[in-house]
Amino acid sequence: MLKTFKIGGVHPAENKFSAGKQIETLPIPDMVTVPIAQHIGAPSTPVVKKGDEVKVGQLLAQSAGFVSANIHSPVSGKVFKIDDVLDSSGYKKKAIIIKVEGDEWEETIDRSTDLVKQTDLSPKEIVDRVAQSGIVGLGGATFPTHVKLAVPQGMTAEMLLINAVECEPYLTADHQLMMEKGAEIMVGIDLLMKAIGVKKAIIGIENNKPDAIKHLSQLAKEYAGVEVCALKVQYPQGGEKQLINAATGREVPSGALPISVGCVVNNVGTAYAVYEAVMKNKPLFERVVTVTGKSVSKPSNFMARVGMSVSQLVEAAGGLPEDTGKVISGGPMMGKALVTTDVPVTKGTSGVLIMREEEATRRTMKNCIRCAKCVSACPMGLEPYLLMTYAEKKMWEESEDSFVMDCIECGSCSYTCPADRPLLDYIRLGKGTVGQIMRSRKK
Amino acid sequence: MSKFLTISPSPHVKGEESVQKIMLWVILAMVPAMVWSFVVFGMGAIITTSVAILSCVFFEYAISRFILKTENSVGDLSAFLTGMLLAFNVPSSLPIWMIIIGALVAIGIGKLSFGGLGNNPFNPALVGRVFLLISFPVDMTSWPVNNNSGVDGVTGATPLGLVKEAISSGTPISQLTDQVPSNMDLFFGNIGGSLGEISAIALILGALFMLYKKVITWHIPVSILGTMFVFAGLLWTVDSEQFMNPMFHLLTGGAMLGALYMATDMVTSPMTPKGQLIYGIGIGIITISIRVFGAYPEGISFAILIMNAVTPLLNRYCKPKDFGRRAK
Repeated sequence: MLKTFKIGGVHPAENKFSAGKQIETLPIPDMVTVPIAQHIGAPSTPVVKKGDEVKVGQLLAQSAGFVSANIHSPVSGKVFKIDDVLDSSGYKKKAIIIKVEGDEWEETIDRSTDLVKQTDLSPKEIVDRVAQSGIVGLGGATFPTHVKLAVPQGMTAEMLLINAVECEPYLTADHQLMMEKGAEIMVGIDLLMKAIGVKKAIIGIENNKPDAIKHLSQLAKEYAGVEVCALKVQYPQGGEKQLINAATGREVPSGALPISVGCVVNNVGTAYAVYEAVMKNKPLFERVVTVTGKSVSKPSNFMARVGMSVSQLVEAAGGLPEDTGKVISGGPMMGKALVTTDVPVTKGTSGVLIMREEEATRRTMKNCIRCAKCVSACPMGLEPYLLMTYAEKKMWEESEDSFVMDCIECGSCSYTCPADRPLLDYIRLGKGTVGQIMRSRKK
Repeated sequence: MSKFLTISPSPHVKGEESVQKIMLWVILAMVPAMVWSFVVFGMGAIITTSVAILSCVFFEYAISRFILKTENSVGDLSAFLTGMLLAFNVPSSLPIWMIIIGALVAIGIGKLSFGGLGNNPFNPALVGRVFLLISFPVDMTSWPVNNNSGVDGVTGATPLGLVKEAISSGTPISQLTDQVPSNMDLFFGNIGGSLGEISAIALILGALFMLYKKVITWHIPVSILGTMFVFAGLLWTVDSEQFMNPMFHLLTGGAMLGALYMATDMVTSPMTPKGQLIYGIGIGIITISIRVFGAYPEGISFAILIMNAVTPLLNRYCKPKDFGRRAK
C-alpha cells in the first residue's frame, strides 16, 4: 500500500498534458515588470531608481523585515520607471519596470552548467546566501525560505521533507525539473539539510510520476539519509501538513508550524533554487512555469524570467485559444483567476492554466443534500457544510469553535459537492472575519 | 487583449458528482427489487409503482410551480425516487386514490413544506407511508398473496404479522413452523408484503451497487442490521418459544428495504461515520422493540422516522475524524 495522508482528499482528473515536455528557455522581452511584493510578508524596498543601469542578478529591492525577501533583476538594461501595475492578484501594486538592453549578467554568477557538489560553507552561511538570493517557496505559497530555515529557539529539526508531490492537476513544472535537474536538486537538498542540521531527508513524490521516483531514487543512493517516498495520488498531498502526515505519519497540531513535529518542508523547485544560489551564486530571478490547458495547442514547460508578461508565455504555447474563458495563475484547485494575461510572471507562478469557456463558469448552486461528501473530503477533518452555514449567517464565534482557521483552502469541499455549493468561498469569508476578530482580541 | 476573462475564487474545477446522478444511482439500485415485485405481484405492482412515481413527480412540479413559485426541481429526480420508494412501501393492492394521497403527503408535507430537497428532516417516502398506515390501516396491511403460491387477489398476513398474532394469542413458535416461510423463501422473496420489501437478495444487489457508487457507506446498514440481529438474538436465546430467531427478523418486513434504502437517505441521516453508527443502532433497537413489544408487527418505518428526528443532535455531537486537534 502506498502512503498517503490519513483523512480526506479528492482525486481530480490529472490532465498533465505538458508532462515530459523539455523545459524551453524563452527569449528575453523588451520590457519586464518586476513587482516588489512577490512573497508572503512585507513588500521589499526598491534600491534602484528611474534611469539606473542594472545587470542580470543585481539587487533591485531589498528585504524589508524578517518575513520578506530580496528581489533581483531578471534582465539587464535601464530602470524605465517604478509604478503601480496590475499583478496576478488583480490589484495594482508597485513594480520596477526595466527596459531591456542586451543580456549582461553580474560577474559573480557562475553561468556554466557544471555540477558543483562540494562546499565548506557553514549552515549560517548557507542560510545567509539563501536570504541574499531572495529565495521563496516555489510551490506557490512564496514563503521566504530563509525564514523556514531559521529553526526557532527551543525547537529542533529532525528531518527535511522535500515536496515534489505536485498534486495540482495540469502542472508539470516540478516534474520536468526533477527529470532535467535531478543532480542539482540532490545537491540543493544536501545544502538544505546542512542548513537546518539534519541527517535525514524524505522526498515525497506521487505515484503518477514513476520516472521521477526512479530517477531521484537512483541519485539519492549517493546521499546518506536521503530517501524517496512514493505516495498515492491524492489531492491535496502537496499541502505541508498533509505531506508530513503522508510521509511520516506525524500530525502538525492545529495552529502550529511543521517544526513543532520536527519537520521542515521545502518544495523541490526551491531546492533547485538553493543549489543555484549557494553553488552558482545565482539569485532567484527565473523559474519553470507550466503553460497548459485543454485547448492550448502546445502545452509546455518554460524557463521564464520573473517580470515577463504571462501573455508572452501564452503566445509561446501557441497563443490564447478562441474559446478561452478563464486564465489561471497556478493550478486549477488553488490557482488565481487572472483579470488579464498582461500581468508579470513572479517567483510564485508555477503555471498558467487556460480554461475553455464551458469550464469557466460554475453550475447553479442547489440545496445542501447533507451527503457529507465535503466532510469526508476535508483533509483537515472540518465540516465544510457547517462552516458555510455559519459564514452565511455571520456566526463567527461558532465558526471559530468549529476550527475554521484550520482550513487550508485546498478546495476539496467545493470540488466534491454534488449540489455545486461554493463551500470554500464562504469558508474564506469566515476565515477572514474570524482572523480579524482574533487579531483584534490580541491587541 | 480585449477579451473578458471570467474571474472566480478557486477551485476552478468541479467533480463529476451531481444531485441528479446520486438520485439516478439509487433509482437504478432499486430496479432489481422493482422487477421482482412485478414478477411476484403482476399488474398490481406495475400500476402501484407507476401511479406513485407519476403522482410524486406531478405534485413536485405543481406545488413548486403554482404554490411555492420556486424553481422547478423535478429534474433532480428526487421526486421520482420518492415515488419509487413510496410504492416499495405499500401493498400492491392499495387503491389508487390512496397512493395519490400518500404521494401528496410525501412530497407536499414531507418535503416541499420544509423548503424542498435537502431541508426535509424526515424521509419523505416514509412520511407518506406512515400517514397511509395510520389513516388506512386495513388497506395498508392487506397483502396480496404471492402469485407463485396462490390465486391472485387473495390476501394474507405477512410473516411478521402472522407471528405477532400467534404470539399474542399464546401460540408457541414451535407450532408455527408450517405457516412461517423458510429463510430461503424470505431471502429470495417468495413471500407476501409491501412491493419492494420482499426480496432480500434483490435489495442487497442494489445496495452493493450503491456502495460501489459511493452513494451509501456501510455504516448505517451494518449498524441497523447488526443491532437487530444481536437484539433479536438475545431475546431468542432467552426464550425461543416467545421470540423468533434473528435471521427471521432480518429477512422479514421492511428490515432490508429500511436499512439499505430508507435509513441511508443522505438528507435525513447523520453526516459522520460515528453519528451514522449511533443512528443505525438506534433504529435497530427501536425496530425490534416495536416488533416484539409494540402493537404493530413492523416498526422500522417508525424507527427510522424517530432517528431522523435525532439526526441534527447526532450531527452536533459526532464530529469527523480530527487532524491535529486532539490535544485541545
